[in-house]
Amino acid sequence: MKQGGLVILASFAVALLLAVMPLPEWARPFRPQWYTLVLIYWCIALPERVGVLGGWLLGLFVDVLTGALLGQHALALALVAFVTVTLHRRIRVMPRYQQMAAVAVLLLIEKLLSLWIVAITSNNPAPWMYWSGTLVGALLWPWVYIILRDLRRRFRVG
Amino acid sequence: MIADHNGSRLQRMREALSLVVLPIQALADLPTRLGGWVSETFASRNALLEENDRLRRGNLKLKARLQQFDALQAENMRLRDLLDSSYKIGDRVLIAELVGVDLDPFKQQILIDKGRRSKLFRGQPVLDADAVMGQVTQVNAVNSIVVLITDSSHALPVQVLRNGLRGIAVGTGIIDRLKIPHLPNNADIRVGDRLVTSGLGGRFPPGYPVAEVVSVTHQPGEPFAEVVARPLAHLDRVHEVLLVWSHDQNLTGVTSKEEASPPLGAGS
Repeated sequence: MKQGGLVILASFAVALLLAVMPLPEWARPFRPQWYTLVLIYWCIALPERVGVLGGWLLGLFVDVLTGALLGQHALALALVAFVTVTLHRRIRVMPRYQQMAAVAVLLLIEKLLSLWIVAITSNNPAPWMYWSGTLVGALLWPWVYIILRDLRRRFRVG
Repeated sequence: MIADHNGSRLQRMREALSLVVLPIQALADLPTRLGGWVSETFASRNALLEENDRLRRGNLKLKARLQQFDALQAENMRLRDLLDSSYKIGDRVLIAELVGVDLDPFKQQILIDKGRRSKLFRGQPVLDADAVMGQVTQVNAVNSIVVLITDSSHALPVQVLRNGLRGIAVGTGIIDRLKIPHLPNNADIRVGDRLVTSGLGGRFPPGYPVAEVVSVTHQPGEPFAEVVARPLAHLDRVHEVLLVWSHDQNLTGVTSKEEASPPLGAGS
């Protein structure tokens, strides 16, 4: 493994942990897509190391962890990783608020794909609150970005 | 994804991957467990004494009921012997604990801390202290996923306790609602009726309580009544669940053949 692979894996593990952490009932719809945020960061920072395959594997673990249909999150995250890697040069130079908007769109893509698959395979209606996690995730982006950037610099991941 | 939705070929793979995510689940569950441990350790003596007292009284009451039940069971078996029907009661149960992690919000599922090591099998009925909760859909090495009866992909055969009217309780995806479709408008079902498992389909043992009817709506022009029931199990509050091995299943070896069939109650 190259320099700092463990840091990347650890950040994904923490994101997965946050994704299944029990929350009170009212707060559950507001849970941001932690693993997607972390994936987007690594796709922007190190597109040559974390890409579509990384997103797909991460999604597979999310599926197993949450008991969702195997492949549901894998497909969605692979697509998010693809779009992010394709656009990583542009997103890197954006000012922070514009970055937030771009991340919000990426998060929406993931939610939308997940929702399509859920809608095809079952007849569960999605409440309006389903989308609120995206907003929370986009608002949290600057902090996720700063924390992961500092981590990356400290451990010289690259 | 299609393979996972339609069959059980990916069970093995899921099981293997679940071992990798096990530490994450254990870690996520830690705060809940720690909270429980702390409140237990620092509970006051009086509270413990009170609880002890309450439990002793409850136990006494249950014992008294049990005596009656034993007599009734013996009588029931005798009558069934007379009728020459092969009916076995007395199921083996195991207590499992919930693991405190949040699963996919679109499915009504829970994670329990017993798995293949405790000889769980796919399709095994899961109960709480009051009623039927659901069935096991995914058995891993040391934990398993249970789908609740209110999941929108779940259906289980029930009958009305009062008159034996049969129906199917279908999950709605909402935690306190079941619907019983395809009951004709003139069916004898009322608000307050108890629904129990009918044992048809062979997945759930017969006679366990399931739900209580909360509304019956007759819509003019529609051939079927709209019947809504509320599960009697505390699906969103329980901490411990009971896993049941019924005699029927062990005798006929349903357990080994179950692998091939979809994780639904029969009749869906």
